[in-house]
Amino acid sequence: MAEVLVYVDHVDGAVRKPTLELLTLARRIGEPVAVALGSGAAGTAGVLAEHGAVRVLTAEAPEFADYLVVPKVDALQAAFDAVSPAAVLVPSSAEGKEIAARLAVRIGSGIITDAVDLEAGELGPVATQSAFAASFTTKSRVSRGIPVITVKPNSAPVEPAPAAGAVETLAVSFSAQATGTKVLSRTPRESTGRPELTEAAIVVSGGRGVNGAENFGLIEALADSLGAAVGASRAAVDAGWYPHSNQVGQTGKSVSPQLYIASGISGAIQHRAGMQTSKTIVAINKDAEAPIFDLVDYGIVGDLFQVVPQLTEEVNSRKG
Amino acid sequence: MSLRIVVCVKYVPDATGDRHFADDLTLDREDVDGLLSELDEYAVEQALQIADEADDAEITVVTVGPEDAKDALRKALSMGADKAVHVEDDGLHGTDVIGTSLVLAKAVEKTGYDLVICGMASTDAAMGVLPAVLAERLGVPQVTLLSEVKVEGGTVTGRRDGDSASEQLQASLPAVVSVTDQSGEARYPSFKGIMAAKKKPVQSLDLEDLEIDADEVGLAGAWTAVDSAAQRPARTAGTIVKDEGEGGKQLAEFLAGQKFI
Ligand SMILES: Cc1cc2nc3c(=O)[nH]c(=O)nc-3n(C[C@H](O)[C@H](O)[C@H](O)COP(=O)(O)OP(=O)(O)OC[C@H]3O[C@@H](n4cnc5c(N)ncnc54)[C@H](O)[C@@H]3O)c2cc1C
Ligand SMILES: Nc1ncnc2c1ncn2[C@@H]1O[C@H](COP(=O)(O)O)[C@@H](O)[C@H]1O
Repeated sequence: MAEVLVYVDHVDGAVRKPTLELLTLARRIGEPVAVALGSGAAGTAGVLAEHGAVRVLTAEAPEFADYLVVPKVDALQAAFDAVSPAAVLVPSSAEGKEIAARLAVRIGSGIITDAVDLEAGELGPVATQSAFAASFTTKSRVSRGIPVITVKPNSAPVEPAPAAGAVETLAVSFSAQATGTKVLSRTPRESTGRPELTEAAIVVSGGRGVNGAENFGLIEALADSLGAAVGASRAAVDAGWYPHSNQVGQTGKSVSPQLYIASGISGAIQHRAGMQTSKTIVAINKDAEAPIFDLVDYGIVGDLFQVVPQLTEEVNSRKG
Repeated sequence: MSLRIVVCVKYVPDATGDRHFADDLTLDREDVDGLLSELDEYAVEQALQIADEADDAEITVVTVGPEDAKDALRKALSMGADKAVHVEDDGLHGTDVIGTSLVLAKAVEKTGYDLVICGMASTDAAMGVLPAVLAERLGVPQVTLLSEVKVEGGTVTGRRDGDSASEQLQASLPAVVSVTDQSGEARYPSFKGIMAAKKKPVQSLDLEDLEIDADEVGLAGAWTAVDSAAQRPARTAGTIVKDEGEGGKQLAEFLAGQKFI
């Protein structure tokens, strides 16, 4: 059976959920061979094996952390040359997409980004994507070269599928470009204890209607009652009420949770672009004409300062 | 020596219009007004600020696109760029990112550059990968997705707010940079700027000028194929309730019914 290269997104050996989803998709096409780079890489093998990786290629070198993107491209290319896979799958993070695209050019292949589903097809893997702020769904293929495809979080279930997961060290020789962009310093994002925005099953977002940083406590309380991540519209971020890393939309994060709750958000096209594929959408807005109501499964026309605390209290009391 | 800045700008259909696909499954440009991608305005703005700080700088805006894409160049010129290059060729219709990056790389090389500045992503295709690919093709450092950028003495530095950390980056020129919409509001063209833009030079280049074979670009030369495009079915109309004092409770009831609580 053909092998499929899967790029592993991990933090010091802790594999992030989108990579496990990728393994589910990779198994539809062939046998997953994982590539884990950087500090802690070997530590990823256990969990990758549990989810279907037949082999785990690892490389640890200071270059992966000290320079931007290119060392990882060099390593992925080395893995590509070693494995001769039928396809290369990479998580659709900002960095993942850059790595994948540079690899595609190097190996003379086409690239598809931000797939939301993947199936085996007669002419190679078929990727489902959403286009134009998710108003269209397309099916596409890489028609030249070995397909390189990046896949968005929440595109497939995580499934246990025990496999050998034999760890092999990958030999990487870095290109002249590898040390071109130096990472002078890195400030990790402070953990809030809440789920990662792009991976969360539930996202609770606030917009301009929240009317002040201090009021975001209401949104956070609702999120915590549901075990959800917190999102924000660009208007709320631009006003300085919530960090940019929580922005949902075209220039923020793209989320696709089971449940999305928008409070005080009008539903501009750029916001919809980042949340329209959510399974269930709920909105609270005092303006019955707000475009967000076109998307909702359930909407409350009302003042969020009344509705949100009442909802939070009700959720907490139902949980007992 | 003058600092040669090249800004890559894309002409895109208005996102607030009714965008759809043409019969050949490429972007339909007929029915929706086009404009300079809003995210590329940030790239033009940073170019203008970097040029202001430099002793001597020249800003060239480059686009690969159909005839109407001149509008995008004019807008960038009216914001203050000095000159423009328009790569236009019937053979380009349907080119994907691999092809576009090839064309842009040749155009940028022909123009001559110390610094290339791109937007973070185009507002239509929104792949956000072209700057990285361009750097790969040009063989120069990639310093992308910057929320803050500074050029000083042949070095570019900037802040990249990544998925799990914020990074401070540094590279020597020549380099390819992309900037996010956090990098600073783009200026509006002044009346004087709009008038001046009319006299600024716009050079037209075709595939032959760039020595690119027709089979490397266009729909036939594309590296990816779109097999189908379907309009997402309109979401079934949801329940909308006016809050009469029990809205939060009603919503909780709905969420419990959906097993979220
Ligand atoms: C290139 C570009 C990229 C962009 N990227 C993004 C992006 O990534 N994400 C994003 O979100 N936006 C983005 N935008 C901005 C987008 O166009 C909108 O401006 C933004 O989404 C509006 O945010 P909002 O809905 O919070 O604010 P508004 O549109 O002002 O809506 C606020 C809503 O709150 C309601 N409200 C007010 N008070 C209350 C109350 N007490 N109770 C209940 N409801 C109340 C109002 O009725 C209104 O509907 C982008 C724009 C551009 C041009
Ligand atoms: N056809 C084009 N002409 C000029 N620049 C482009 C073109 N397409 C993309 N770009 C540049 O590349 C950036 C990212 O584009 P993309 O990878 O398509 O999201 C844009 O913000 C532009 O700066």
